[in-house]
Amino acid sequence: MDEMNILQEKVDKLYKRLDEEAESSGYHLNPDEEFTIELVEGLLVNEKRYGYWACPCRLASTIKEKDLDIICPCDYRDPDLSEYDTCYCGLYVSSAVVNGEKKVNKIPERRPTKTEREKLEKKSENITAGITKLSKPVWRCKVCGYLCARDAPPEVCPICKAKKERFEKFL
Amino acid sequence: MDVKHVEGKDKGKIMLYAISTCVWCKKVKKLLGSLNVDYYYIDVDLLQGEERVEVEEEVMKWNPLCSFPTLVMNDKESVNGYDEEEIRSKIQNG
Repeated sequence: MDEMNILQEKVDKLYKRLDEEAESSGYHLNPDEEFTIELVEGLLVNEKRYGYWACPCRLASTIKEKDLDIICPCDYRDPDLSEYDTCYCGLYVSSAVVNGEKKVNKIPERRPTKTEREKLEKKSENITAGITKLSKPVWRCKVCGYLCARDAPPEVCPICKAKKERFEKFL
Repeated sequence: MDVKHVEGKDKGKIMLYAISTCVWCKKVKKLLGSLNVDYYYIDVDLLQGEERVEVEEEVMKWNPLCSFPTLVMNDKESVNGYDEEEIRSKIQNG
């Protein structure tokens, strides 16, 4: 099999997996298959290039720790779905789009600028210090908002399948 | 620097800052192709080091969020994001 076929097979496989995962947890991939497949291909390109699924439509820094918020599904997907019926790149859409009631258009970038992100990071470090009276810490999935009280966050978010590093200490 | 040139009708200086994996950037390239205009583009994600920083700073002058596609017309104005109507009208007036 040549390289193109292998890539095609990988893309199809990931597309199916993402579609199943999305549907089983109340999300939807963009029904425009050609469009969506191109994005899935972009995810695989970025996996090979950077080692993580940086959003295909955003400029990755190439440093994973700095790009956690734009690893697909990104931290901005859910608010963008609520407000604009699509995520920034258009991979995920609302049911209104799936049903043909709404169309996917370009949406504004919700991700703060580099300078703003650095400021926010410092701020959140200050907030989490000080709450100690709980029997267990509470972890929040930054992708979908899932909360759980346990010693450490789960390997994978049971709701949206985001990985452990996407959790923040919430309480 | 790896600036690509697509030949076509001269409608002024058109510079597209894009990401190679971005579907919306590809849509702009297709649109400019179908309008058959002369333009330049840089896939910023394919740059490294100093060059990347330099281009990011240039993009931020036009689009502080540094999002892509950013289409700069005649060093005067930019269209940020894939806005077909706006791109068409700016190119016609350009």
